[in-house]
Amino acid sequence: MNNQALLSVRDMTCTWDGVHGCRDISFDLHPGEVLCVVGESGSGKSTLLQAVSWQARPESGSVWYDTRDRGFVDLASLSSAHLRLLARTDWGFVRQNARDGLRMQVSAGANIAERLMAVGQRHYGDLRRVAGNWLQKMEIDTGRLDDQPAAFSGGMQQRLQIARNLVTHPRMVFMDEPTASLDVSVQARLLDLLRQLVADLKLAAIVVTHDLAVARLLAHRTLVMRGGRVVESGLTDQILDDPQHPYTQLLVSSILQS
Amino acid sequence: MNSAQATVARDDHYNFAYLDESTKRMLRRALLKAVAIPGYQVPFGSREMPLPYGWGTGGIQVTAAIIGQADVLKVIDQGSDDTTNAINIRRFFGRVTGVRTTESTREATIVQTRHRIPETPLREGQIMVYQVPIPEPLRWLEPSETETRTMHALAEYGGMHVKLYEDIAQHGHIATTYDYPVIVNGRYMMRPSPIPKFDNPKLDGNPALMLFGAGREKRVYAVPPYTRVKSLDFEDHPFRVEQWDHCCELCGSDQSYLDEIILDDQGTRRFVCSDTEYCAGRQAAGHTGAAGAEAAA
Amino acid sequence: MYVAVKGGERAILNSYRMLDAYRRGDAQVPELTLAQIRQQMPLAVSRVMAEGALYDPQLAALAIKQAAGDVIEAVFLLRAYRSTLPRFGYTQPVDTARMRLSRRISSTFKDVPGGQILGPTYDYTQRLLDFSLEAESEAAEPLPPAAEPLPASMPRVTDLLQHDDLIDQEAVPPGDPAPFDLTRQPLAFPAGRDARLQNLARADEGFLLSMGYSTQRGYGNTHPFAAEIRYGSLEVDMFIEELGFAVTVGEIELTECQMVSQFAGSAHEAPKFTRGYGLTFGYGERKAMSMALVDRALKAHELGEAGDAPANDHEFVLYHSDNVEASGFVQHLKLPHYVDFQANLELLRRLRQEQAAARAPAAAAAATPAAPTAAPSAAPAAIADEALSS
Repeated sequence: MNNQALLSVRDMTCTWDGVHGCRDISFDLHPGEVLCVVGESGSGKSTLLQAVSWQARPESGSVWYDTRDRGFVDLASLSSAHLRLLARTDWGFVRQNARDGLRMQVSAGANIAERLMAVGQRHYGDLRRVAGNWLQKMEIDTGRLDDQPAAFSGGMQQRLQIARNLVTHPRMVFMDEPTASLDVSVQARLLDLLRQLVADLKLAAIVVTHDLAVARLLAHRTLVMRGGRVVESGLTDQILDDPQHPYTQLLVSSILQS
Repeated sequence: MNSAQATVARDDHYNFAYLDESTKRMLRRALLKAVAIPGYQVPFGSREMPLPYGWGTGGIQVTAAIIGQADVLKVIDQGSDDTTNAINIRRFFGRVTGVRTTESTREATIVQTRHRIPETPLREGQIMVYQVPIPEPLRWLEPSETETRTMHALAEYGGMHVKLYEDIAQHGHIATTYDYPVIVNGRYMMRPSPIPKFDNPKLDGNPALMLFGAGREKRVYAVPPYTRVKSLDFEDHPFRVEQWDHCCELCGSDQSYLDEIILDDQGTRRFVCSDTEYCAGRQAAGHTGAAGAEAAA
Repeated sequence: MYVAVKGGERAILNSYRMLDAYRRGDAQVPELTLAQIRQQMPLAVSRVMAEGALYDPQLAALAIKQAAGDVIEAVFLLRAYRSTLPRFGYTQPVDTARMRLSRRISSTFKDVPGGQILGPTYDYTQRLLDFSLEAESEAAEPLPPAAEPLPASMPRVTDLLQHDDLIDQEAVPPGDPAPFDLTRQPLAFPAGRDARLQNLARADEGFLLSMGYSTQRGYGNTHPFAAEIRYGSLEVDMFIEELGFAVTVGEIELTECQMVSQFAGSAHEAPKFTRGYGLTFGYGERKAMSMALVDRALKAHELGEAGDAPANDHEFVLYHSDNVEASGFVQHLKLPHYVDFQANLELLRRLRQEQAAARAPAAAAAATPAAPTAAPSAAPAAIADEALSS
């Protein structure tokens, strides 16, 4: 077990019907490091994300996390209360579809400030100010603080979802295809923003994507998945420039062609 | 004001207070648990009562479980002893207990209420029984009972403040005016029943025992005497009670919660105390409002 | 000058008298007797017993008379009465295979052992108003007995399917634990099948009918067949400790419906039919069938189905199925709510004042360029306390 890691996954298998999912997954994630999990649909990458964030229970193997208060612990040993608190304060989870990660009936400001209120912040003016700062950071006009997310474009909704997750300064963020639902032009802007944020806030992140370009832009390291297993892993640049596994070679060559 | 004797004769066909003894014991056990965990909703096996669900069956079951021969019962609805619902419940208890009933807050040992706390301060030894329609403060946020129970267990109350934030962002004020959520004993979030927020401060540190019964939803909860009850707010938008520009027309009180009465189709309005017994008491003591002054002039 | 109105108690007592008069109607017309209601409105009596959760046709008839024909009000009367009755114990479970049948049909097979017994039913009538019923008729000749008696053995169709292992077993759980008692404990989630069936047995027929209907129209996906519907009488036995044996304490009428639906099997199990079960006091096929459809719909999650239709949602179905609760809460809106309304009025007036005040200086300064005002953003006309949802 690598004690400098923020997250350690060992021999983890998680399936939803005994057959489909991810198998024998092992990796470490270090503070401030971005790991991309790449694969086509059905590769098991989403199940992997669900399992390491403890939203789905692995059948075997373990996931360890370096908590702020108790050190390096096996997530299976934590109470559900503790896990929920962890998920709300030290982790973020950005969903592919922003609507699934936002309260659509409530203003942008309330969406961002909710986690702060959940941990006991009780000054309306301060909450509003912090929410406004985050809108700015996400390059959204602060005049829209009281608007509902339904009035935002898809790209803005996604940025709002990200802000909502980052407001408690989590150390680790899970992202499930964060740009897949967006137009190509909007994707590029968002990826750029994410890259900046991750660097500024020293976030560790696991980003699931089918798009190698996302890996190239964001990730230090990459796992390539196929049929539920990791077929290749390593530094992103190495994998993309010099893929070893035939499947990875196929993936990489298909980008070059398209 | 009159401290009337029971107006209905005791009907011997029914067990004292209608419910059988084992049901009353079951209810009292639930109430003890509620008192031991202030603000926590305790499930109980609610029975169908001769009044419909929604008419106060929870409050009635709580009163039935605790009332004894020596008790003196007051029943109010909207602050008045004379509203149809209060009369109906008072008649019911008269019929099944023969216990003395009263309109006097001071003389009562048990006060069952819908939607108000009396203006006359309560004292140690008295019990207020509240009729509750929806006990769950998080119900608007989360329809699933399984999920709200978990939220209470983990004290996950952030979502409630989202609503308050949103009110201020939209209206400049918190828009909840009754059934205003509170934190009890620094731990559980509770709905105090649809009393106006004007009455919330009366809950904080009150010397009387407060029992809450929701019959249809099958929950009881409690605030023991001298317990801290804090209404939700923000530091820079503190909790405020209602205010009127008027005094009571009849007794002149500027301290009590006022009912608005429309007198004619030009929209002429009068404001009078919601707590009819309190108002009558003040009038008997010589206080008058504008209406009294008119009559005298 | 305003004088507070008193006299609520007298008004109530007068309303009782007016109600009595309303219920009685024209005194020249002969009064309804309980015997008439029992004999000539047996389907109403059945429904009141089923939803009142109390088997007593005489009391049900009384409730219907007292409720002036309002079935839900009659159900309420019976339930309230039930609360006063002491509990002596529990009867033995009844075995519907031993039912003395008045009617028994199956739509899954053309013919079944024992035959299709049509019995007394509206199913094969044409719904044409029969004006001969406007007048009283001569007493009819009693029906002659059938040429042969019904077969002694009328096995249940589901037992036949079970014999061939085509239908899911409804095995007794290990240890044969006592079932949940909904009349004594509040419903809690997750709710076991025993609690669910008890809830559905006393549920409002209209609600179950609509929920069952929705599963047939695509809100849920059960493709049901009515394997068997039975209506008849059964003896009810109770084991008496002091005697050391069971005695028959009475005979009741029951209607039972067994629905079967297809299940798509899994890697470990061959596909089988799954069941939905309905059982009701008295004669109530529509209720028993609706109950069976909803019972099956509530199993969706256990069977690994998607289960995102309203009829699959346990809390939605089971919390809204009781018409005594529903009627009470809906109708409670008639009770005075003016104190809370006043609280809302006060806030609304204040908000409007503030808005007007914020606009007034802005209007005055319209002639000259002014700094933006700090008016609150557009406030909707209605202040809804419960407007927000995630």
